[in-house]
Amino acid sequence: MKYQSQKVALAYFSVAMALFAIQVFGGLLAGWIYVSPNTLSEVLPFNVVRMIHTNALIVWLLLGFFGAAYFLVPEEAERELFSTKLAYLQLGILVIGTLGAVASYLVGIHGGREFLEQPLWVKFGILVAAVIFLVNISLTVLAGRRTAITNILLMGLWLLSLLWIFAFINPDNLGLDKMYWWFIVHLWVEGTWELVMAAILGYLMLKLTGVDREVVEKWLYVIVATALFSGILGTGHHFYWIGLPAYWQWIGSIFSTMEVVPFFAMMSFAFVMVWKGRKNHPNKAALLWSLGASTVAFFGAGVWGFLHTLHGVNYYTHGTQITAAHGHLAFYGAYVALNLAMFTYAMPMLRGRAPYNQWLNMTAFWLMTGGMSFMTFVLTFAGTIQVHLQRVMGEYYMDVQDQLGLFYAMRFGAGAMVVAGALLFIYSLAVVRRQAPAGNAVGEAA
Amino acid sequence: MSEILTKSRARNVFYGGSLFFIAVFAGLTVQSHSHVVSRSTTSMPLTEEVRLGKEGWERNSCINCHTLHGEGAYFAPEVGNVMTRWGVVDDPDAAAEMLGGWIDAQPSGIEGRRQMPHFELTDEEKRGLSEFLRWADKMNTQSWPPNDAG
Ligand code: HEM
Ligand SMILES: [Fe+2]
Repeated sequence: MKYQSQKVALAYFSVAMALFAIQVFGGLLAGWIYVSPNTLSEVLPFNVVRMIHTNALIVWLLLGFFGAAYFLVPEEAERELFSTKLAYLQLGILVIGTLGAVASYLVGIHGGREFLEQPLWVKFGILVAAVIFLVNISLTVLAGRRTAITNILLMGLWLLSLLWIFAFINPDNLGLDKMYWWFIVHLWVEGTWELVMAAILGYLMLKLTGVDREVVEKWLYVIVATALFSGILGTGHHFYWIGLPAYWQWIGSIFSTMEVVPFFAMMSFAFVMVWKGRKNHPNKAALLWSLGASTVAFFGAGVWGFLHTLHGVNYYTHGTQITAAHGHLAFYGAYVALNLAMFTYAMPMLRGRAPYNQWLNMTAFWLMTGGMSFMTFVLTFAGTIQVHLQRVMGEYYMDVQDQLGLFYAMRFGAGAMVVAGALLFIYSLAVVRRQAPAGNAVGEAA
Repeated sequence: MSEILTKSRARNVFYGGSLFFIAVFAGLTVQSHSHVVSRSTTSMPLTEEVRLGKEGWERNSCINCHTLHGEGAYFAPEVGNVMTRWGVVDDPDAAAEMLGGWIDAQPSGIEGRRQMPHFELTDEEKRGLSEFLRWADKMNTQSWPPNDAG
C-alpha cells in the first residue's frame, strides 16, 4: 500500500462483508421457507425476507465498488485521495440508510417496486452519498495521472449513479413503470456495472500477472465497447411482455444475444493475461477469485442469460425458476466473486498481514462456487419442469410447486454450503494472521 | 492486428459507439413511451381506483412473493392474469368481491402450504387492488402468459 488514504477501503470492505453475511443468511432463511413454508410466516413473511436478501446484496456490492475505487484510484492516479473525511462521511450516510431501511422493512414500511423498496429518505441518502463519492473520486483523478482503468471505472460509476434518478420515477401507468424500472435494473448489471467489473478486473490482472499496462488497457476498451454496444439495446429482452412495441422482440433478442461477447471476452482476457504474465504474485487466492469470477460470470450471465433471452424461449420461461437460476449465478460470478477477489487482494495489505495463509480463503472459494453451481443446476431443473407443467400443460401454479419439493430441498443444501463458504471467507480475511515470510504461501491450515 | 487496433482507436470506437447506441435507445424510448400511453394500455381507463390499487400493491410489497406480468418473486402465483383466471376480468363488482374474500381468508394456516400474510385493508383499498389487477390484465402483453395458469 503506497498511499495512506487507501486505508478508507478497509472500512468499506468491512461493512460490505458484514452485509454479505446478512445477505446470505437472509437467502438461507428464504430457501428454508420454500422447504418449510410455515416458518415465521406470521412474524417475518417471505416478502420481507426476500427484500432484505436482495437489498443487502445490492448495497454491499456497491460498497465493495466504492471501496475498490478508493483503494485503486490513488495508485492509478499516483496521489492521495482528495478527501478521506468525505469518504468516511459517505460511508456513514450509507450505513445509516441501510440500517434505516432494514428497520423499516422489519416493521412493514417499504415500497413495492422490486429492489427499490427503500423509503424515500433512504433513496435520497443514497443519492447524496453517490454525489459525495463522485466528487471525491473525480477530483482525485483529475489532479493526477489518467489511465484507462480510472477512465472506465469513473465512467461506469458516473453512469450508474445517473441511472439512480429512475429510482424516483414511478409512473401510475404500470407499463411505463416497468419500462423505466428496467433502466436501473438492466442497465446496471448489463451495462454500467460491467464497466466497473472490467476496470477492477483489469487492475487485478495488472497487479497479479505483471502484464504490460498497454496490453491490459487495449483489451479493456474492447471489452467495454462490446458491453455497451450489446447491453444498451439488449434492454429490449425485458420489453417483450409489458406492453411495449413488438419490435423489441427482435431488437431485444439480437442485441441481448451479443451480450455474451463481453463476458466471454473478460474470461478470455483473464486467462490470457495469466498465461502471458511473468510475475508470480504470492496472493494465489486473489488470482483464483479473479479467474473464478470471470469464468462463473461467463456461465451465469452469458450462458444462463442466453438460455432464456430469445423471445420465443422467453415466452415460456419468463418469470419461472429458470429466471431465478440465472439471476443467482450471474450475480455471484460477475459481481460477488469479483468483489471478493478485490477484498482478497487488498485486505492483507490494508491490515498489514501479507503474506498470509490462503488455504482457508481458497477453500471458501470452492465451497461458495460449488454451492452456487449446484443451486443453479437444481433451480434450472425445477424451472424446466415448471415450464413444462405450467406453461405447456396449463397446470395451476401451486399444484406445480407442490411437485418441486425435492429440488427446493437440494437448493437449501446448496445454500447452506454457500453460507459456510461465506463465513469461512470472512474469517479468513478478518482473523487469520500474518504468516512467517519464509513459509510457503499455500500450505497447511492455519 | 495490434497495429490496426491501437489503444486510442479502441477508446474512440468505445466512446463514439456508446454515444450512438445511447441515442438510438433514447429515440426508441420516446416512441415506446407514447406507444404505451396511446395504444397498449387504453382498453381500460386509468381511474383513481386503479391508482389507489397500484399504491396499495406497492405499499404491501406483493411483488416480493408474486409475479406481475412475469416480474417479481417466484414464490406465489402470477397475478397479471388472475382476473381472467377467475373469470371476472369484465365484472368489476365480482372482481372486488372475489379478491376481497381471498385477502380476508389469508393466511390459510394450512400446515405445509405457502402462506400469504394477513393484510389490513379498507373496502376501498381492496376495490382499488381488484381494479388495478383488472387494468393490468387488460394491457396488451403480446398474448403472454401462454395460458390461464399464468
Ligand atoms: C452479470 C450480469 C447479469 C446479472 C447480474 C443478471 C441478473 C438478472 C436478474 C436478477 C434477473 C431477474 C430480474 C427480475 O427480478 O425480474 C435477470 C433477468 C434476465 N436476464 Fe439477466 N443478468 C445478467 C446478464 C444477463 C445476460 C448477459 C443476459 C442475456 C444474454 C441476460 C438475460 C436475462 C433475461 C432474458 C432475463 C429475464 C428473465 C425472465 O424473463 O424472467 N442476463 N437477470
Ligand atoms: Fe437484462
